Amino acid sequence: MFWVWLPMLALFGSMLPGPLLRSWRIDPSVTAGAITLLGLALLLPYGPGIVWDGLSFVWQVPWVPSLGLTFSLRLDALGYLMALLILGIGLLVVVYAKYYLAPEQRTGRFFGPLLAFMGAMLGIALSENLLLLVVFWELTSITSFLLISFSQHQAAARHGARMALVITGLGGLALLAGVVLIGQLVGSYELTAVLAHGDLIRRSPQYPVILGLVLLGAFTKSAQMPFHFWLPHAMSAPTPVSAYLHSATMVKAGLFLLARLYPILSGTSEWFVVVTTVGLVTMVFGAVVALFQHDLKGLLAYSTISHLGLITMLLGLSTSASPAAALFHLVNHAVFKASLFMAAGIIDHETGTRDLRRLGGLRRAMPITATLAIVASAAMAGVPLLNGFLSKEMFFAEALDAQVLFGAPWFLPAAATLGAIFSVAYSARFIHDVFFGPVTTQLDRMPHEPPRWMRVPVELLVLLCIGIGVAPALLVGDLIHAATEAMVQGRVAAYTLAIWHGFNTPLLMSALALAGGGVLFAVRAPLFRLAADGANRSPGRAFFDALQGRVVGASRLLATALRPSALHIHVRWFLLLVLAIPAVLLVPHVPWHALDASPPGPVPVALLFGVLVAVIGVVRTSGQPLTAIIVLGVAGLVVTLSFAWVSAPDLALTQLLVELVAILLLLVALPHFGDPPADRRRLPGRALDLTLALGFGAFAMLGSWLLLSTETPSIARYFLQHSRTLADGANVVNVILVDFRGFDTFGEVTVLAIAAIGVLGLLDNLSRRRAPHHLIPNTPLLLQTVGTVLLNLALVTAAFLFLRGHNAPGGGFIAGLTAAVGLIFVYQVRSPTGDPVRRPASMVRWLAIGVLLAALPGMGSIVLGTPFLTSGSLHLTVPIVGEVHLSSVMLFDLGVLVVVVTAVMAMLPTIGRIPMDDRYHAEREG
Amino acid sequence: MAFSFALMIGLLTASGTYLLLRADRFRVVLGLTLLSYAVNLFLLASGGYRVGAPPILDGRTNPLDLADPLPQGLVLTAIVIGFGMTAWLIALCLRIEPDGVDGSRGDAGGEVGS
Repeated sequence: MFWVWLPMLALFGSMLPGPLLRSWRIDPSVTAGAITLLGLALLLPYGPGIVWDGLSFVWQVPWVPSLGLTFSLRLDALGYLMALLILGIGLLVVVYAKYYLAPEQRTGRFFGPLLAFMGAMLGIALSENLLLLVVFWELTSITSFLLISFSQHQAAARHGARMALVITGLGGLALLAGVVLIGQLVGSYELTAVLAHGDLIRRSPQYPVILGLVLLGAFTKSAQMPFHFWLPHAMSAPTPVSAYLHSATMVKAGLFLLARLYPILSGTSEWFVVVTTVGLVTMVFGAVVALFQHDLKGLLAYSTISHLGLITMLLGLSTSASPAAALFHLVNHAVFKASLFMAAGIIDHETGTRDLRRLGGLRRAMPITATLAIVASAAMAGVPLLNGFLSKEMFFAEALDAQVLFGAPWFLPAAATLGAIFSVAYSARFIHDVFFGPVTTQLDRMPHEPPRWMRVPVELLVLLCIGIGVAPALLVGDLIHAATEAMVQGRVAAYTLAIWHGFNTPLLMSALALAGGGVLFAVRAPLFRLAADGANRSPGRAFFDALQGRVVGASRLLATALRPSALHIHVRWFLLLVLAIPAVLLVPHVPWHALDASPPGPVPVALLFGVLVAVIGVVRTSGQPLTAIIVLGVAGLVVTLSFAWVSAPDLALTQLLVELVAILLLLVALPHFGDPPADRRRLPGRALDLTLALGFGAFAMLGSWLLLSTETPSIARYFLQHSRTLADGANVVNVILVDFRGFDTFGEVTVLAIAAIGVLGLLDNLSRRRAPHHLIPNTPLLLQTVGTVLLNLALVTAAFLFLRGHNAPGGGFIAGLTAAVGLIFVYQVRSPTGDPVRRPASMVRWLAIGVLLAALPGMGSIVLGTPFLTSGSLHLTVPIVGEVHLSSVMLFDLGVLVVVVTAVMAMLPTIGRIPMDDRYHAEREG
Repeated sequence: MAFSFALMIGLLTASGTYLLLRADRFRVVLGLTLLSYAVNLFLLASGGYRVGAPPILDGRTNPLDLADPLPQGLVLTAIVIGFGMTAWLIALCLRIEPDGVDGSRGDAGGEVGS
């Protein structure tokens, strides 16, 4: 069952090239090549069994069973054929890319997505679950986007990547909808079950919808009319990507899907008419347009569209031998087109241009490349003794053999021949314009043969073209046969892969195509004048561009309307919506009678009065920052007292300490804010804000009042009852933090660490330039001495609070804050000998240590086979402190403490150190 | 009691919102701090309230009569994270132009489409 690792091997392997390059200077192409080779080594041993013994394998693990999503893979002959193409051509492309890319381009950013694509594509080939297939399908769209936009600085690359992503992504959504319909109809998403229910699906009234959606997915991916236009734009990708994704593999995914679902979707007149027509139109259109391209890769792109259309048409014809012909041509096209793209890349690489009008006569400068490209183009044109000839011959035979389309028996064969004529003509143009004719003189550099190994992949592929062309049955006959049987899920009628079938109509059509193509090529000059730029026009692309323009324009308008340049207007809109929607929806349902209207006692009234005074004070004094901060502190103290009053001692302690630190923080930041401007807003604006604020306050009050008036069932019971027995702690809040809900706390500690790193990062280049700026300059000696004593006192208190935290108010957060307050005080009152912010890197290291400490006990429990963060404990009795609960949660709490201390020590002094005068200019330079 | 506690939350919310709507960085920081007080009290209110019954098991009181410890755990971390966010916000304020929030500077659109 080694094969099940294939998709994961490449997907996870995609993370390796970058780091290996940075750490050990390993060339990313070597990493990618090694992974691909390993993949081939995993796959190839299954070949004989699959091809000759008809074996197939299925492997599954549940993923989201409630959705019918299992991670199940299947290796049969069809998947094997596809996987072989993906890995085989992938290996050649990696070798080629090593020489094609400039050294600075050979990075993880290229080979990473390439490997990820390979993994996703293998996933499509090997998926047994249809939903899983869609997941991999979308992954190929995303990796294709990343690879097309590899040269991000070029607008064409970004545009092409976006277009490809939108078209194939939309197709993927349609496919998902189609797959869900299939799954609901059959009751399972597993291919084995789905393929057995062909009749059920074909007879269902939903069949046309399913067919339409699946075809939409397949046609967008495989660049069929009218969705073909993304493919030429995708040519702004580096040539290895074009050779791999956009001719050999990804664009074949749509065809592969049609082949996979052939047993359940084909055999109806809808299938025959739609698939055949789309394929036919695409084939002829692509071939005609290809002839008029001046860009080497553009020509190959339209030729690819044409050949994809040809295969689609073969799938649509649904004659007894057309599936085999489709698969055969799929392989042949991958082989000759990949080699042609690579040859085009070599020409581009050596001459610096891909413009057919500028190239010419290169056969003298690069005779070997010329020979290779001529053979490959001949295969593309369908010249005998090469692989393209064989599958094209089969194509003609099937076109003759098929049902009648549009009431005219001559229509299909004639259209097929017409496409073939243009195919011959553009192949001839490719060869003639690049390698023959007058030697070009206007190149930027002197062309010569490429490095030896850059040509090797092309040589191997061309050898395959000839090999398959001469001995098809020997080389691929059995594989194609087995894959076809896997595709149609049954016996395949007799057909022969042979060079010579006698004098028959297909042979006549081949001859006609070669001759016609030759004539067409000879008279191309007047045609070119006729066509001019018309060939580049396409209604689909125009529609796409117009639609994109509209959508972007509309969103811009909406964004400008909703997001004015001033923050407070934006916030105002937001608050209006938040207020309007709940007010309309909820207020009518308020159970007014249920509100608890019991009169408050003296303490709550005093607290309320304190808050009232404080908030009015903050608002009134907000123009005088120092006063406002002090009054804000009063508000914080009242909140602290409220916590204490409603039985939350841990909260009161935390709030008190945070209040201290936050006031200090505001004070050190104060000088940088400057004097707040007077509130210049005119009366109507202020009145609106006041109304909004009062409305919001009233709403919050109503909500809290309702909460406090209703007794809701709570899960508190569980924690209160089991705190002693399960976690051995009396302070239930701390037990929840470090044990019951330890994973939440772990996340929150991580957030705090991230915020601290964020502050360091934001202010790094601002705070590094000057000597520390202290709140109290020229500190009196007395204060310095007191500072030391206070620090020691704070540290002892922190240790005490930490140790008793599991059973009484305290714990990692509170102890950490206590220690931090002491440290900050000392930092502020005396010149620090060891300035904690001298090296932000060391702060980051401490943050990491804290987070790791918190994670450690969790890791330990995983090693021991219990769920993450399961605690283990040990009891000790320590003098003075009392009973100490030494357990893994203590280590967790210690991690919390370290993060809290470090975060405070990272944030406060960093802000305090910002130089006063040139802070707005410093960042411009830095 | 419920009324006065709720009114407290309402007052903090109203003043915080009003300051948040000012076109000035410092007032926005003040406003967000007041709002975070309000939110923390509101979260605590979701567990109801009990006076004089901190959720610390002493073996004498029936555990089920104690205050709900879960919102307290949530609020405790929220307070600390709130501090982290305030620091981050201040750092951000120091990096933006002083007029970055009051709209006196022109707004340049990002690159979308082409």
